[in-house]
Amino acid sequence: MVARLKGMHGSGIEALTHLGQNYMVVDRSLMPEILQVLRNEEQFDYCVDITAVHYPKREKQFDVVWVLYSFPRNERIRVKTQIADGASLESSVPIWATANWLEREVYDMFGIKFDGHPDLKRILLPDGWKGYPLRKDYGILQQDNEWVQINLGIESGQ
Amino acid sequence: MTDPNTLSPPSLETHVAAHDDTFLDTNELVINMGPQHPATHGVLRVILRLDGEKVLGLECVIGYLHRGVEKIAENRTYTMFNPYVDRMDYVAAVSNGLGYCEAVEKLLSVEAPPRAQYVRVILTELNRITSHQLWLGTHALDIGAITPLFYTFRDREEVLKIFEKYCGARLTTHAFRIGGLQYETYNGFEQEVKNFLNFFRPKIDEYEELLTTNRIWVERTRKVGVISGEDCIALGVTGPVLRASGVKWDIRKAQPYANYKNFDFEIPTGQNGDTYDRYLVRMAEMRQSVRIIQQAVEGIPEGPIMAKVPKVMKPPVGEVYHSIEAPKGELGYFIVSDGSTQPYRVRVRPPSFVNLQALDMMCRGQLVADVIAVIGTLDIVLGEVDR
Repeated sequence: MVARLKGMHGSGIEALTHLGQNYMVVDRSLMPEILQVLRNEEQFDYCVDITAVHYPKREKQFDVVWVLYSFPRNERIRVKTQIADGASLESSVPIWATANWLEREVYDMFGIKFDGHPDLKRILLPDGWKGYPLRKDYGILQQDNEWVQINLGIESGQ
Repeated sequence: MTDPNTLSPPSLETHVAAHDDTFLDTNELVINMGPQHPATHGVLRVILRLDGEKVLGLECVIGYLHRGVEKIAENRTYTMFNPYVDRMDYVAAVSNGLGYCEAVEKLLSVEAPPRAQYVRVILTELNRITSHQLWLGTHALDIGAITPLFYTFRDREEVLKIFEKYCGARLTTHAFRIGGLQYETYNGFEQEVKNFLNFFRPKIDEYEELLTTNRIWVERTRKVGVISGEDCIALGVTGPVLRASGVKWDIRKAQPYANYKNFDFEIPTGQNGDTYDRYLVRMAEMRQSVRIIQQAVEGIPEGPIMAKVPKVMKPPVGEVYHSIEAPKGELGYFIVSDGSTQPYRVRVRPPSFVNLQALDMMCRGQLVADVIAVIGTLDIVLGEVDR
């Protein structure tokens, strides 16, 4: 499968296995097409999860990860891509409807924007919140004190 | 004051409502349900767009119970984070623990010894029964049947007693450790589980007697909140909801974990994907859980309960995704290790969160009262939705 994808898209794809689980690292420029091909031609019809990992020391700070599953093949695969802080990705909502809330959560927690998302806004945190809590530079006790004071009428949530 | 005699008598012309455009306003109405609403099973806020009593669309507002579980994980060691996972889906805490422990075990490349695996299966399946019991009681209560709640809570107590005797806690059990179990089973554990199974088998029939052919129940649930198998897959809906739509898929069979491949059981499915079929599927799942526990409790092998796991856990650099079939659907853990004692990132793929996304689609064109039924049938736990 990977050989075929490589033939179609060149060197932007790298296939790896860790602990018996397959994943591929895909260049950001190939991103929406590869997901589309996986969905339509390779039968990965179920998008299990979308998440991100923050590596503040790297130039491209974020790993965005799609966990996919194929019902006909009974097989899982992860697709990873790296993007820089402030850069955005093409939304995968047109490919899998379930990506809607999952991408909103990635935006909420990491501040990664998805172009073409139908309703990209915070999902777990309140709309006016400042900061993205799952970034590594966001302290565990840190919070948006201004929001807490205005909306909850208390000095601090701690 | 006006003399009533001077007023013109009412004429049929001016008082017929049909002549008055504003009398029956046909505009759409937006109303708010929750977050403090008894039928939302926690703090879920739903904004409904209505035409009369018909739902045109809805939006869920969630996050009221957000505690930042994933952030906490990054600041705790692997062992310290273990009890936190119980607080997500607090009615199926054992399943959460199983998923987390197995994911970390995969990362460490260790496997729990066979005896531990058997006890794990027994406790997880008992937990599936309690989760379905709680769902049945509250779901029926939402729809208007009060009796099943008392029946299910009475019987659920028996399982909770076993949990309490085994590990000291009834709900947030923290029953498993990375590598196996902390506690050996107590004296008479097997017998008590067997007694429970004998006690519980006729109770499922009792629940079904109350509801399965009850005309009010059938009218309120049949053809309500219908979702097709294709839509379930597109929306990532898993668990009993997916199976009630005719997709025969259960991670215990598709990609077996623990030692489920040693047990003989079936995957119950429905055809119509409506609330009634989801009810039947969950009832059948309780029977299958009883079957699994019966096989497991008769075959518990002797041996150690803990694999060789270092006291200070430092999994090698890498990442793993491991998922299990929780009572509500696919519960997955994506853990990234940087070789230190604390996980670099823990992502929980919660079944309730993803399933809740289908609420809008399932409620469109239905009545307001059916929204309550659909929220109930999705079997969401807000602690897991918001994490």
